[in-house]
Amino acid sequence: MIWRMVGQRLALGALVLLAITVVIFGAIELLGADFAQQRLGQSATEETLAALREQMGLNRPAWVRYGAWIGGAVRGDFGVSMANNRPIADLMAGRLGNTLFLAAFAAVMSVPLSIGLGLLAALWRNSWFDRAANVGTLTAIAFPEFFVAYILVYLIGSTGLFPTLASIPPGATFLERLHVTFLPALTLTLVVTAHMMRMTRAAIVNLLASPYIEMARLKGVPRARVIWRHALPNALSPIINVVALNLAYLVTGVVVVEVVFVYPGLGQLMVDAVRTRDVPVVQAAALIFAAVYVILNLLADVLSTLSNPRLMHRR
Amino acid sequence: MTAVLTWAAWVAGAFAGAAALGGAFRAVVWRLLGGPVARAVRTMPLSAAFGMAVIALYVVVALLAPWIAPFGEREVVGGQYLPWDSTHWLGTDNLGRDMFSRLIYGARNTVGIALATTALAFGVGAALGLTAAATGGWVDMVLSRIVDLLMAIPALILSLLLLTLLGASIPNMILVIALIDATRVFRLSRAVAMDVVVMDYVEAARLRGEGLAHIVRREILPNAMAPLIAEFGLRFCFVFLSISALSFLGLGIQPPTADWGSMVRDTATLITFGDITPLLPAGAIALLTVAVNFVVDWQLHRASGLKD
Amino acid sequence: MTRLIRPGLAGGISRRGILKGSAAFGAAALMGPLGAGRALAQSEPKQGGTLRIGIAAGNTSDTVDPAVAEHVYVHMLLHAYNAYLTVVMPDGSLEGDLAEGWESTPDAKTWTVRLRPGVQFHDGRPVTAADVVASIDYHRGEESTSAVKSVLAPVTELKADGDNVVVFTLEAGNADFPVLLSDYHLPIRPAQDGKIDPLGTIGAGPFLLDHFEPGVRASLSRNPNYFKPGLPYFDGLELLSIVDAAARQNALMSGQVDVIDRVDLPTVNLLERAPGIEIISLNGGEHYGYPMDTRAAPFSDNNVRMALKLAIDRQELVDKILNGYGSVGNDMPINPSMPYFDASIEQRVYDPEKAKWHLSQAGMENLSVDLHLANSAFESCIDSGLLYAEKAAAAGITVNVVREPDDGYWSNVWMQKPFTATYWGGRPTQDWMFSTAYVRGAEWNETYWDNERFNELIVQARVELDQARRQEMYSEMQRLVRDEGGIIIPMFANYTMALSEKVAHPEVVGANWILDGFRAPERWWFA
Repeated sequence: MIWRMVGQRLALGALVLLAITVVIFGAIELLGADFAQQRLGQSATEETLAALREQMGLNRPAWVRYGAWIGGAVRGDFGVSMANNRPIADLMAGRLGNTLFLAAFAAVMSVPLSIGLGLLAALWRNSWFDRAANVGTLTAIAFPEFFVAYILVYLIGSTGLFPTLASIPPGATFLERLHVTFLPALTLTLVVTAHMMRMTRAAIVNLLASPYIEMARLKGVPRARVIWRHALPNALSPIINVVALNLAYLVTGVVVVEVVFVYPGLGQLMVDAVRTRDVPVVQAAALIFAAVYVILNLLADVLSTLSNPRLMHRR
Repeated sequence: MTAVLTWAAWVAGAFAGAAALGGAFRAVVWRLLGGPVARAVRTMPLSAAFGMAVIALYVVVALLAPWIAPFGEREVVGGQYLPWDSTHWLGTDNLGRDMFSRLIYGARNTVGIALATTALAFGVGAALGLTAAATGGWVDMVLSRIVDLLMAIPALILSLLLLTLLGASIPNMILVIALIDATRVFRLSRAVAMDVVVMDYVEAARLRGEGLAHIVRREILPNAMAPLIAEFGLRFCFVFLSISALSFLGLGIQPPTADWGSMVRDTATLITFGDITPLLPAGAIALLTVAVNFVVDWQLHRASGLKD
Repeated sequence: MTRLIRPGLAGGISRRGILKGSAAFGAAALMGPLGAGRALAQSEPKQGGTLRIGIAAGNTSDTVDPAVAEHVYVHMLLHAYNAYLTVVMPDGSLEGDLAEGWESTPDAKTWTVRLRPGVQFHDGRPVTAADVVASIDYHRGEESTSAVKSVLAPVTELKADGDNVVVFTLEAGNADFPVLLSDYHLPIRPAQDGKIDPLGTIGAGPFLLDHFEPGVRASLSRNPNYFKPGLPYFDGLELLSIVDAAARQNALMSGQVDVIDRVDLPTVNLLERAPGIEIISLNGGEHYGYPMDTRAAPFSDNNVRMALKLAIDRQELVDKILNGYGSVGNDMPINPSMPYFDASIEQRVYDPEKAKWHLSQAGMENLSVDLHLANSAFESCIDSGLLYAEKAAAAGITVNVVREPDDGYWSNVWMQKPFTATYWGGRPTQDWMFSTAYVRGAEWNETYWDNERFNELIVQARVELDQARRQEMYSEMQRLVRDEGGIIIPMFANYTMALSEKVAHPEVVGANWILDGFRAPERWWFA
């Protein structure tokens, strides 16, 4: 049963990916300015524009260019960047690694932290701890990411303990990487924790009024045990979903943090590519982001389903 | 050490002030109003009272901005970066505009935009999400795939593309951010509703032959309300963040319109030198966020039917 | 020569004294308001260390293709590993880089350039005339998409005469031709079968390019065989791309880089106070302006243009937009750092009454215009428009600031809408500046200005060898642009960079481009 669902979802995911390439390609076409114009900027003249379009094959109709690209992509050949002729696979590989590393680092810090805080806040509802955690996390998310980053740079960067530039020197060891990426990872942790924590707390508090919880309480089960054994398993579905959303965000939405800490991740690559209208690079980056998103969501749905078997038997 | 103590004193002072404000607000409203409202108000916790007081304050400031602000929103009134004094309470900004006045006008623009956007996002997102969960089948499939499609494109990139296409005006920004937020709301409300849909009372309603609208409105929505309310509080605040992230990428609100998100962006570099100017608009956002979520928590608590 | 997509990335060359008897202007490097006192104590140059520069540009799509070379990061990189034919020195004079010397026929139409003998590329190949021809030819011809294609268009023929001599033939005389050869798009690269590899990493410059990760960093090491004896002083060079202003400053203050370019002006005063930091602010020719389409109503009426020119408070813009790191402009793209600047031309100031008078001459009482701006034109461009609008109101002029998207500003707004914003890096000669953006038919004639007298003068001045006559002609051109031209130029921006006190530099720092004319890695050292 669950495998059939996974299979279906994977097939659909592939369709989503395909649709995304069409959407992005179309959007960039609609943007008007093409790569040649963007590249030449002020030095664009009729002559140089025509010459560059010719060289790049931009004279062909849009669908032909899309067809050529998708044909290669299906076979695993993403082509070369228009901007610097480098194979896109090479361009992406290192940056994808960096992005995933930072996301994983931030996730390892934020997921346990936020679920833990959420559980404790639910346990000690309306206590000072609940209030303080609440105000603290709300304040953290109310500040824009770059501002959180700047504050951390000011508070921590000035002590010299951690570098404010997260560009990883070639051949860095794992520990060095952790050290260098600590500030961006901390920034991201602060940014995503509040959302996950509040959702955890809300999901659990929501269940505390249910009759079966009431029953357990009346039987004299300790509060912590009620939450851990009775409320949490039934609150898993929304928690898993919000965690999946935030994990996807850690991979796909961190351009701003990359810029502030000069971290060579995929987000920066994609924004640059959008700016220069380097369509093959945008497409490839969008594909990767979308794939991450689809996979995380699939995982979330599978886990939710497993956590609530009733979902399996719906009509 | 003294720094830590000063901080502690500030924090304690802030808490005491907040509690006092909440208490005062509660007392005043209770005296002024009668009936069931008064009862609800009297029993609400201090935190919620504080939240209400702050929201009320913001609303008043937003509505009466032109009368409260000592100077105009875009008026250049003096030199740049004037220090805080009796004329310019919070000094002036980089162009010599009165910071205090801009913060006040910022309340009007920022809160207005955020409200419009969140309301739109929830109207669309929750309605579709609940419907998808209740209907299941191909409707759910199609809607979920469309949402997947939109969500799979990173939000910033999507808004960058859309806003460049449409032009960066305030209505466009509201539409674009609402569209992107609506996908998140859809996903959450669908997930929550999925758990509700399999409940026996929904089955019962179905067997009774109730229509889709009835099931969504009367059976699913009330039981999916809590997480949605919590989400509303957060989404509302995320709009400010989206706006300031967009201005980080150069597509924010049109100056000279005062808006807190853009004001943070414009002054953000100062914080790395320990200058607190950007904390003013950021603090205004944070205070509102906290206040809104205090009220949301209170409602959440009431909705959950818990007594303690 | 190209216009750059981002603000502040181009610069002005202060090519004083290139032509004998030209109106040379004092010392080359004019220190800014705060930099003056600090640059004095300098040590003797010594060898060693790795210089790390944080640069406010850089993009994952960057390449070392000289035909593109669109921003400072690439310019720095190109200068670090390539050599050029000529070079503008810190004092503004023109010297040979790979060229040993040059002369022209009296009509300034044929130029013979002799190469320094015995210079080698990094891989040991000698630098020959054939390499030079291939390197320049790369930018010419039908196929070329080079940004300097139009600059080299007047070159009708280019050939090698033996191994060490190159002969350029121009379609019309140009006394300033050797200056063009110092353009950053024209590095000399080794040729293979008459072609250069545009993406090649072999040059004849002061450093060897070891590793280049576009948009992130480039690592270079000292070229032991560099043809200038004793140079460079640094053993290694790291060029880091740090686009975010706060990140750049923090990197400098925390010692992660030694030098940064483009200091964030709103916080420059705070950075100034940080210990161990030196700010250098130099007055090049970079200027910001608002071009009006002189063909479109109401800008077709010179009285309207004059009213708009008088309704802007220049000093306020310099104070608030440049934070004092710049100087007021006089509606002409020429400032004292350029040859043939006419100091007797009166500085235009804010005068709403006079602006009103001009409006009445145009038969108007009030005027309302849309000003289309984006911050990609120059930093704080929108703010500048707001200040303008505030002040213009006193003259009965309503300036509506229309914010355009940063993205695509140069293709969709600039030269498309009638009233926009622009910025120009200064050009080393007036002729270069005027023929780029002021003469009829120029591709970037952003005001679509067509002044008969001006168009005549510019051709005459090009071949005029009598200095006094030439001065007269350039004076007249400056006045024409100022009083009849279509652009409001309220300010000239300084090049403002910051460095750690560990870094030493010669007393005179080149102001032709930022970072000592892009040559800080070759000219500076660790104290």
